[in-house]
Amino acid sequence: MRVGVVYYPGSNCEQDAVYACRLVGLDAELVWHKQESLDGCDALILAGGFSYGDHLRCGAIAQFSPVMKQVERFASDGGPVLGICNGFQILVEMGLLPGALLANDGLKFRCQDTRMQVEKTDSPFTNAYAEGQILRLNMAHYEGNYFADEATLADIEQHQQVVMRFCGPNGERGAEHNPNGSINDIAALRNRAGNVMGLMPHPERVLTPELGSADGRLMFESLRVALTGMASAENTEPLEVIADV
Amino acid sequence: MSEIAERPRPQGDLASEAIALEHGMTSDEYAKVCEILDRQPTVTEIGMYSVMWSEHCSYKSSRVHLKTLPVEGDAVLQGPGENAGAVDLGDGIAGVFKVESHNHPSYIEPYQGAATGVGGILRDIITMGARPLALLDSLRFGQLDSGKNRHLLDGVVGGIAGYGNCMGIPTVGGEICFDPSYDKNPLVNAMCFGIAPADRIVKAVADGVGNPVIYVGAKTGRDGIYGVSLLASATFDAEAAEKRPAVQVGDPFTEKVLMEACLEIINKDLLVGMQDFGGAGLTCATSEMASNSGNGMEIDVALVPRRETGLSPYEVMLSESQERMMLVTTPEMIGDVMDIFGKWDLDAVVIGKVTDDGLLRVLEDGVMVAEVPAHSLAEDGPCYSRPYTIADPPEALCGADLPCDVDPAEVLKTLLQDPNIASKRWVFQQYDQTVRYNTVQRAGGEAAVIWLKEAGSDAAVAISLDGNPWYAGLDARRGAQLAVAEACRNVACTGAKPLGITNCLNFGSPEIEERMGQFAAAVQGMGEACRALDVPVTGGNVSFYNETVETPILPTPVVGAVGKLDRYDASVRSGFVAAGDTVWLVGAVDVSDAGLGGSAYVREFHDRRAGAPPALDLELEARLQRFLVAAAAEGLLASAKDCSDGGFAVALAEACFATPEAARTDAAQATAPRSALSGLLGAEVEIRASGDGVHAALFGETASRVVVSSRAGDDVALAALAARHDVPIAAIGKVTEAAQLRIDVAGETPVQEDIQELYATWSGALAQAMENN
Repeated sequence: MRVGVVYYPGSNCEQDAVYACRLVGLDAELVWHKQESLDGCDALILAGGFSYGDHLRCGAIAQFSPVMKQVERFASDGGPVLGICNGFQILVEMGLLPGALLANDGLKFRCQDTRMQVEKTDSPFTNAYAEGQILRLNMAHYEGNYFADEATLADIEQHQQVVMRFCGPNGERGAEHNPNGSINDIAALRNRAGNVMGLMPHPERVLTPELGSADGRLMFESLRVALTGMASAENTEPLEVIADV
Repeated sequence: MSEIAERPRPQGDLASEAIALEHGMTSDEYAKVCEILDRQPTVTEIGMYSVMWSEHCSYKSSRVHLKTLPVEGDAVLQGPGENAGAVDLGDGIAGVFKVESHNHPSYIEPYQGAATGVGGILRDIITMGARPLALLDSLRFGQLDSGKNRHLLDGVVGGIAGYGNCMGIPTVGGEICFDPSYDKNPLVNAMCFGIAPADRIVKAVADGVGNPVIYVGAKTGRDGIYGVSLLASATFDAEAAEKRPAVQVGDPFTEKVLMEACLEIINKDLLVGMQDFGGAGLTCATSEMASNSGNGMEIDVALVPRRETGLSPYEVMLSESQERMMLVTTPEMIGDVMDIFGKWDLDAVVIGKVTDDGLLRVLEDGVMVAEVPAHSLAEDGPCYSRPYTIADPPEALCGADLPCDVDPAEVLKTLLQDPNIASKRWVFQQYDQTVRYNTVQRAGGEAAVIWLKEAGSDAAVAISLDGNPWYAGLDARRGAQLAVAEACRNVACTGAKPLGITNCLNFGSPEIEERMGQFAAAVQGMGEACRALDVPVTGGNVSFYNETVETPILPTPVVGAVGKLDRYDASVRSGFVAAGDTVWLVGAVDVSDAGLGGSAYVREFHDRRAGAPPALDLELEARLQRFLVAAAAEGLLASAKDCSDGGFAVALAEACFATPEAARTDAAQATAPRSALSGLLGAEVEIRASGDGVHAALFGETASRVVVSSRAGDDVALAALAARHDVPIAAIGKVTEAAQLRIDVAGETPVQEDIQELYATWSGALAQAMENN
């Protein structure tokens, strides 16, 4: 079982996503945006960063990369696709997820720890979490203010597409717990079929308590469960570090 | 007649002495060019000499002083002279780092000035073949009651964020000070740390006669012409804004793909040498690479990719357009190199070749337009021993002469909301601090801690960037010593052993004797501190002419220190971690100098800018740092917090504010920036009064003093270890579950405050200053 981490010129979280997958025992490799084929990947992660320098609009240009035709087909065939940060923005630009991502409330880039509550665990990315579990993830973005018009929003809520919402330490909701102004406190969103999910915070940056929190690790463990059925497969092998220093 | 004079002369108008003077050169410098060439230079040639011999590129006023700094040490892999310094981090890993200023451009156009400052320091690290892992910035502005200064801070922070975030390099630390002396001359000093395999550090060389020279990256435009000679090497005048076209515009996306492509080429071992186009652009890259190899180089500017038409050879040679690199490879490897640039959709062109005649020859469509000895541009610049006068060191301030009837608790609250001391969260949350998943300690602690995960290592580095301008303003020599001591002490507080420093020396005009004296004294003090603490200088940057209409900045020596931790998960943090832990004062526990000169307390409550900065016993400082590293290695430190701005009381309050998430009694509201964090720990301590009174005891900034905490069971071992290191230590109290800060001094209780309230004051002050004005 292999996870493909799709990256573009300007992506900068692709190594982190590969590292997170390998940490939980998933095989993972980079997929360059010019590739015409996905080489038999079993799941895809669209990595975060600034594809094409956010020129035009975040994620707007990446959707035209050669590999994206395959990504679209993979998603429509039901393959698991996770978009993190810029990856979420790309999924929205492609129309694989509804709505839009606007500039944050306050019109500043914000890097901070943020809390979110898991609402849906029937997902390849959240099955290892408990329903109602409150996570502390790290976010770092300028355009993460999720928006959808009234009809779309009603549709999203009706079809239970909100997977996580921003919240306070005890699950309380409100503007003071919503770090970017996202409508309905939406923090993670899936498509109707449930196989495509996007979120702005970075699960791949919270894998161990020594670096702040381990709450993101279960997202990758969920993917492993979805792909292999293995609930626990701690990677005991030393990790091969692929970063080219 | 020399050999060169017999050669065919380059085409183009000849430069008279008057033209040289217009380029900021002196008559003597012009005469020297004529002597080197044994003929009158062309205008293009004089342009090239003017930028390479500018203060910024040639260090002509500072070299005689800088060469007195210690640059060698066991850990040094690369000292000053290359694009950045490097230290050995073990396991075959080199830590590559440097700090550089981008002061004047940031005043003219704060966003682009700061952004291109970050871009420039990143290219310096990349040029060494290293992957950048962290950025830090030392910033100085005038006070925030001025709309102009708020605009500058907002723009500079936005520029740093815009560039660093897009590059995917976390910005993890640094410091910011506000003082009226920076009103018309803010400082933006950017530091970058990266890693490379120790045996594969890339040099800026052009070896191999006949090898192709490649230009890659952004196209060349007219931006930034004269950046180094006009902006960086002259005093500002009232028309500064008219110099805006000399500020470059940054494109972090191009730099990101350029970085990835260059690192891929290095990893595949396809490179002979590499140099970025920094200040002085193509002239600098070509002449330095050729000179470093004792070779020559021939390029044709008609081949240089341009973003506008009609650029003259002069303009192409002097343009400071950003995001460009020059590489030398071999004819055998060039196909693979070009394939990699093609993968990343970069413009890459062979613009020339390495020659054996030592001459930098510039052609335009095959017609020679400049021909000068490469070495003369890169190495033969003037070197001045400018006259200077060093002021006598001032006397220490005496606490008895500074009566204060403000309640100490009120003083504490006032200091906590001083933007110099208040939380810098408003700034740091605009920076991506966590990308690449190496950041163990973010901004806000004593030093940033970065895991070397990408090198497959469990080790980490601690990095700190510091420089108190008020100390250096009172006494430049001791101020520089204190800057080195504090940067290294901050690193040692995390448990890391300091291995080397980089410096950024921001001063006024070297042509004024008093300012040159400040510089000379600062370099002397820096050398003394480096020798005493055994930390060599591996490189850095000098920024002169930081004055506008004869108002100089405070002399500002900034020091970036890098230290190594054996384990990334064993770094010591600055916040208290458990109720019941013992609180200690270690280092300069009982000293006669209360550290009032230059302190935040004296500035704020006595409006005094006089007296000596805190005394510094370098021997004690060295022992203290060794003790901190040893205590951390033995697991005896629960926390360690340096006493610096605001003194002991502020340090203690900040140690409570930094209670880690896991130790809080109740989950924190991390998403609510201005509400009080719940569950913070408190402290109850008692200290002795000094002869200078209670205020001096609480707010004096005595150097070499650290607040540490330890588990109760470790008390005996910690005290014994301190004794072995001959470092004074005193148990002064306990960490408490109750979020109260209580400080007793000689039987009185001058401070008994609610930590939540103090936290709210401290954490919101900067945002308030920026948003409510």
